[in-house]
Amino acid sequence: MRSLARTLPDGRRLFETLDLSVQRGELVAIIGESGAGKSTLLNILAGLDEYDAGTVSIAGRDLSELDEAGRTQLRREAIGFVFQAFHILPYLTLAQNVGLPLALVSSDRSKIEAKATAMLSSVGLGERGSGYARDLSGGELQRVAIARALVHDPMLILADEPTGNLDADTAETVLRLFASAVRDRSAAGIIVTHSQETARVADRILTLTSGGLRAVENQ
Amino acid sequence: MSLVGGVSSARLALRWLLVGEFRAHPTRFLATAIAIAVGVALGFAVHLVNGTALASFGEAIRSVNGSADLMVRASSPLGFDEAVYPKVMAADGVKDVSPVVVLDAQILPPASEPSESGPGRRFSLLGLDVIRAANVTPSLVGTRSGGVGEGRGTLFEGRDLFLSRAALGASGASIGETVWIEANGQAVDLRVAGILPGVADDQAIGTMDIASAQWRFDQLGTLDRLDLKLADEAVARDALEALLPANAILDSSETQTTRGDALSRAYRVNLDMLALVALLTGGFLVYSAQSLSVTRRLRSFALLRTLGLEREGIVASIALEGLAIGVLGTVLGLLMGYGLAIAALNLLGGDLGAGYFSGTREHIVFQPKAAFVFFLLGLAAALVGSVFPALSASRAAPAAALKNTGDVLDPRDGVRIWPAILLLGAGILTTFLPPVADLPIFGYAAMALLLAGGVAGVPFLARALLSGLLRLRIARVSPMLAIRHVYGAPKEAAAALCGIVASTALMIAMATMVLSFRIAVDEWLGQTLASDLYVRAEAGTAFEPVVQDRLAGLAGVARIDFTKEVPMTIAPNRPAIGLIARSIDPGSEASSVQLIEEETDTQSELPPAWVSEPAARLYGWAPGDVINLPIGGEPARFTVAGVWRDYSRQQGAVTIRSVDYTRLVGDESRMAGAITLEPGADVEAAEAQLRTALPPALRTSVSFARPGDLRDYALALFDRSFAVTYVLEAVAILVGLAGVAATMSAQTIARVREFGMLRHLGVAKREIMEMLGIEGALLGTVGAIAGIALGLVLSQVLIHVINPQSFNWTMGTHVPITTILAVALALILAAAVTAVVSARRATHMNAVLAVREDW
Repeated sequence: MRSLARTLPDGRRLFETLDLSVQRGELVAIIGESGAGKSTLLNILAGLDEYDAGTVSIAGRDLSELDEAGRTQLRREAIGFVFQAFHILPYLTLAQNVGLPLALVSSDRSKIEAKATAMLSSVGLGERGSGYARDLSGGELQRVAIARALVHDPMLILADEPTGNLDADTAETVLRLFASAVRDRSAAGIIVTHSQETARVADRILTLTSGGLRAVENQ
Repeated sequence: MSLVGGVSSARLALRWLLVGEFRAHPTRFLATAIAIAVGVALGFAVHLVNGTALASFGEAIRSVNGSADLMVRASSPLGFDEAVYPKVMAADGVKDVSPVVVLDAQILPPASEPSESGPGRRFSLLGLDVIRAANVTPSLVGTRSGGVGEGRGTLFEGRDLFLSRAALGASGASIGETVWIEANGQAVDLRVAGILPGVADDQAIGTMDIASAQWRFDQLGTLDRLDLKLADEAVARDALEALLPANAILDSSETQTTRGDALSRAYRVNLDMLALVALLTGGFLVYSAQSLSVTRRLRSFALLRTLGLEREGIVASIALEGLAIGVLGTVLGLLMGYGLAIAALNLLGGDLGAGYFSGTREHIVFQPKAAFVFFLLGLAAALVGSVFPALSASRAAPAAALKNTGDVLDPRDGVRIWPAILLLGAGILTTFLPPVADLPIFGYAAMALLLAGGVAGVPFLARALLSGLLRLRIARVSPMLAIRHVYGAPKEAAAALCGIVASTALMIAMATMVLSFRIAVDEWLGQTLASDLYVRAEAGTAFEPVVQDRLAGLAGVARIDFTKEVPMTIAPNRPAIGLIARSIDPGSEASSVQLIEEETDTQSELPPAWVSEPAARLYGWAPGDVINLPIGGEPARFTVAGVWRDYSRQQGAVTIRSVDYTRLVGDESRMAGAITLEPGADVEAAEAQLRTALPPALRTSVSFARPGDLRDYALALFDRSFAVTYVLEAVAILVGLAGVAATMSAQTIARVREFGMLRHLGVAKREIMEMLGIEGALLGTVGAIAGIALGLVLSQVLIHVINPQSFNWTMGTHVPITTILAVALALILAAAVTAVVSARRATHMNAVLAVREDW
C-alpha cells in the first residue's frame, strides 16, 4: 500500500499518503481513535471500499486494475476475515460455516468437510463440527470465525475489532489463537482495534492518524 | 405495581414507540393497512349491494301487496275458488277483505295490435274491488287524471286501467289512451284512466276492476289473493288456518320478503364468505409484516425490557400498532367499500350478476350497523395478526436478544405438527354437521378450520419437502445456502406464506368447484336439450290444444313435448317450487330428463310425480313417498316415481304428467314445447313452418331457440353469475402475493449483515441474488404445494357440503389441471422475482456497513 489517500463524502480528508507493507508471517495491529478510518482502511485493503489516490497491492495484484469480479475472486482466494460480531450463519453447521470459503472455489465435498473439521480441531472445536451457532459461547463463535478465515489458506487475514464482543480472558485466548494461526500459516495479518491490549499481540503496532501511519513501540 | 398499572404508566413510552415505528417505516405501515382495507372494502361492498337488492325486493313486494295486515294467497298462479272469499270475510278476527286477481301481463305500445308488435313490457296487473281495496290496501287505488272529483261514479268502469309511474313510463302511453294488454292467453284493450300514486316510483304495477279482469282474462270463478284487514291477528290466524283450501296459504309481506331472502341467501352468504377470505388474507398479511417487524426489533424490545418495560408493555406496544393499522385500514376500507358498492351496482346490478333480482333498480344506502360490524372485523384481523408476534416477542430473553449473536435460528428445532393435525381433524369432523337455518354454517367453519390447519402445517411441509433436497450433494454455494436457509427457518417460511397459502387454497377450491359445476351443468344441458328446436310463449300467452295439435301434426315434426310450468308454494317460508306438466313421462325413453333415483315398485295407484334433486333435498322427498301438492281445493296426492337432476331451479321443481295436470286443473294450455323433427328435416325450414302455423296473435309472442343457443345462453349465465367470485378470488390472490412480496422484502432486508459477511468471503452480488431467487422459488413451491393441496381438500367441502347445503344440488369432481399448473407456476415465479428484486435492493447496501456491529 503506497501513498493511499481517502476523502470523505463531506470533502474532509480521512487520511493521505498512507504507506504500509506487511510480510507473510507478520501480524500488524493498527490502532487509532474512533473515526480515524481504521475500518475504512481495512475495507479498502479488502477491495470493498474505494480510495482516491495511491496503490494497493495484494499478493502482487494491484486492486485498481481489478474490476468487481476480480476483487471478489481475490477475496475468495487470498483474504480471510474475522469480524467483531462473528457472523456465523445459524442455519449451517459449524463445519459448513468453516468450509464456506472452500465451497466457493471447490465442489469436492469430502475434501471440504475434512479440511473444515481439521480447521475446527486446530481452534479446539474439533468435536463440534455438527453443532450449530446456538450451542456456542461468544469466544467459541469467534474461534469458529477464525477457523473460517484461515481454512482456505489466505495470504492476508483482516480482523476488525475481533475481541470487541468478548470478555478479557476469552479475548486473550482468542487473540493468541489468532496470532499463532497467522504465523503458523505464514499469512500476513492486520488487526484494526482501538484497544492497546489487543494490539499487543501483533509484531508491529501502527497508529492511524490523518497524517499517516506512525509506528508505536510494542511494550 | 400491577400489570395494568405498569402498562398504563408506560403510556408515553408506548406512544413514542408507535409514532417512532410509523415514522421509521411508513410504507410498511400503510401497505399493511391497505391489506386490511381491501378485505373490509370487498366484504362491505358485497354486503351493501346485497342488502340494497333485498331492500328493493322487499319494497317491490310491499308495493304489489299494498298495506294489507295479512293475506290469503293462492299456492300457484292457478288461483283458488272464489267461494273462499265469503268464508274468509266471515272468519273471526277479520275486519275487512279485499279480493284480488293477479296477472302476469304485458302492455303493448299504444296504437299497436297484438298481432303486429313484438313482446310488450311486463308488469303485474291486479284486479281489485275498489271499494274494498280503498279500505284494506289504499295504496293500490288509482287516481284519475282530473283528480279525485273527476270520473266519480265511474269507479267500476271495466275498461279503465290505472298504472304506476314506472308501468306508465314503460308503456309509452299517455293517460286517456287505449292500450292492448296480454295476460293468461287473452289480449284485451284497456283505457289508461290514471295513475297509482301510492306505488313506489320504480315498481311496474297496474290495477283494474276485478270483475272485468276475471271476465276478460278468463279467470272467472278464481281468485289469487285476499288482502285482509284484521281486528285480532291471532284469532284471525287460528280461524283462517282451519278454513283455507289446500291451494291457498296465509301469507304476509314479511313472509314474502323472507322467501325472497331465502331465494338468494345462499349465494349472498357465499359471496360474503369469499369477501371475508380476502379480509382473512389481509389478517395473515398483518401477521407476516408484524412477525418480521418484531424479529427486526428484538434488540430494541430487549433494551426496553432492561430499561424497565414489562413483558405486557411489549405486547401492548405491538398490539397498539396492530390497532392503529386496523383503524386506518378499516376506515379506508369502509370508504372504498361504499364506492365499490356503487360501482358494482351500476356495472353488475343488485344481484352482482347472479340473476336473482333482475329488473330491479336500486341505489346504495349506507348501512351503519354493517359498517360497524366490518369495522370490528377489520380491527380483529389486524389485532389478532399482531398479538401472536407480540406474544412471541415478549417471550424472548432480553439478554440473549441484546447479545444478537445470531443464534435465533437452529435447524434442529422441531416444528410442531400437532396444532395442524388438530385443526385439520376438527375441520374434517365439522364437515359432517348439518346445516343451520338452511345455511352451511358448519361447512364454512370447517373451511376456516382446514385453512388454519393447512397454514399451521406449512412449517412442517417446508421441512418435509426440503429434507430431501438437503441430502442432495449440491456443490454450488448459492443453492446450498438457499436450501439450508429455508430448511432452517420454516417459521419464517410460514410467516411469508400464510396469506398466499390461504388465498391460493381458496382459489383452487373455487376453481375446482366451478369447473366441476360447469362440466356437470354442461353435461346436464347436453342431455336435457336433446330436442331439435324449442318454442316458448311469452308471458300472458299460451299454446291452446288446437294449436298444439296443429303444430304437432306438421310435416317434418316427429314429436312435440308440450310443457307448462307454474310456481307453486309448498311451504309459506320457502320460495315457490316449479310445478311442471309434461306430455312425455320423465321416466320414459323419449324423455330428456336425467333421473338420478327411480322408484322400482311401480304398483302405486296414485299418479306419479318426479321431483328434482333440490326439491327432494329441501322437502325430504324420496322415491316411493306419497306427496301432497296444492293443486285444486283438496290436496292432490302423488307417488314420487323418481328424482331428476336439475341445475336450473335452485328452489326445486316437481314434474307431473300432462294428463294429470289437465285433469286436476282443467287447463289444457301449455307454455313451451320441445320439438323433435323427422330425421333429415331442415331445422330452419321447420321453424318457419311452425311459425306460419301459429295463430296471428301468437306469432310475435313466441320465441324459437336451437339447443346450441340455449346451451350457450345457459353457460353464459353461469359464467356471469360466477364473475364476481373470480374478482374476489383474484383480489385475495393479489393480497396474498403482496404479502409474499412484503415478507420476502422484509426478510431480505433483515439479512443484510449475512449478505455483507458473504460478500467479504468472496460471494458475488450475483450469487447472493441467485441464492435469494432460489429461496423465493423454494418458498413459492412450498406455498403452491400447500395451497393447491389444501385447495383440493377445500373443494371437496365446497362440492359435497356447502353446495348441497346451499343450493341443494350435487355433482362430481373435476380437477382444473391447467389452472393448478398456472397458479403453481405464477406463484413460484412471483416469489422468485420478488426475492430477486428485494435482493437487488439489499445487495446495493454497502457490504462494509452491513457487517458493522453498530450500524
